[in-house]
Amino acid sequence: MIFERLAAALRADRPVALVTRLDGAHAGAKLLVSEDDAHGDLGTHLLNAAAVGEARALLAVGENALRSFGEHGEPVGVEVRLFIEAFAPKPVMYVFGAIDFSRAMARIGKYLGYHVTVVDARPVFATKQRLPDADEVVVAWPDEFLSRAPVNARTALIVLTHDVKFDIPLLQVALRTPAGYIGAMGSRRTHANRVEELRRVGISEQDLARISAPIGLDIGARTPEETAISIAAEIIATREQRAGGRLSDGSEPVHNARAPATPA
Amino acid sequence: MIDVLDAIERWRAEGQRVAIATVVGVEKSAPRDPGAVLAVNERGDVAGSVSGGCVESAVYEEAQDAIAGGRPRLVTYGISDADAISVGLTCGGTIHVFVERLDW
Repeated sequence: MIFERLAAALRADRPVALVTRLDGAHAGAKLLVSEDDAHGDLGTHLLNAAAVGEARALLAVGENALRSFGEHGEPVGVEVRLFIEAFAPKPVMYVFGAIDFSRAMARIGKYLGYHVTVVDARPVFATKQRLPDADEVVVAWPDEFLSRAPVNARTALIVLTHDVKFDIPLLQVALRTPAGYIGAMGSRRTHANRVEELRRVGISEQDLARISAPIGLDIGARTPEETAISIAAEIIATREQRAGGRLSDGSEPVHNARAPATPA
Repeated sequence: MIDVLDAIERWRAEGQRVAIATVVGVEKSAPRDPGAVLAVNERGDVAGSVSGGCVESAVYEEAQDAIAGGRPRLVTYGISDADAISVGLTCGGTIHVFVERLDW
């Protein structure tokens, strides 16, 4: 029954965490934790309660972890190791501006597992027909839309409007959000103008540094599809705090360490 | 897990017994993050992966054993030793994989 519940939640993109006990006679025991519910049994009530707390904390950030507890859920214990797999809802990508680049961006955003929304104030351009891969196409002023939209640290904001009159109010709103990636399309000259304008309205240097512009990694992208790949690669590199060069030029480990998930 | 959901549901609908192997921890460089799943059914079909192919056949054997009634177990694969022809990761990392029959 646990698996059916898990599968139903995953298909509906509802947040859910699966806890597996790795040690002792109850190895393999499961607890399925949602935001307001829990099913299953890890062995003791206290252990279940401790696991529910951990699982909900991990759901908030969408991370998996291995945690050790005492047999009765004591936080200092080491007898029981639990693997907690948090399935957070899909991260969100907002693409502002309905142009050819947006179609390619929506496509690669979907491919990477984002829920993609394209926003443009012009109803003629913001259509599902022109943006078949987008989950949602919204006709709205970008800054007004973003000021009401849910944003968290996993959210990617892609500003493709490259028109100062849209970009400045939109970037002002974007910089008030905790978005993990804020990219703005436009030439170096366009961005210099934007920076000047943003400084004038009181945006700090620290905030300006959050804007990836000109947008994307330096791979010489020409087409909308290539540009979308360059932007997607920059989103990943930003998340992983990598520079984004060629692996053959470096000597660092290929994969970042995932420190918290290492068993004792 | 999400990438193997369709396969697992299809197999279970066919009445196949299923085992899953889940990466629960990695050390140093490892190709797949915790949460990566390899699923196996009693017919021997496979879905998903737990590494870049380095330890899949060893995990497959563990999963077959779990389907046959073996207890859930935590197995660890470290760096491969070319002389001993043991199973391991060529990339220098270590992965911990929990293997269990999917009877829940």
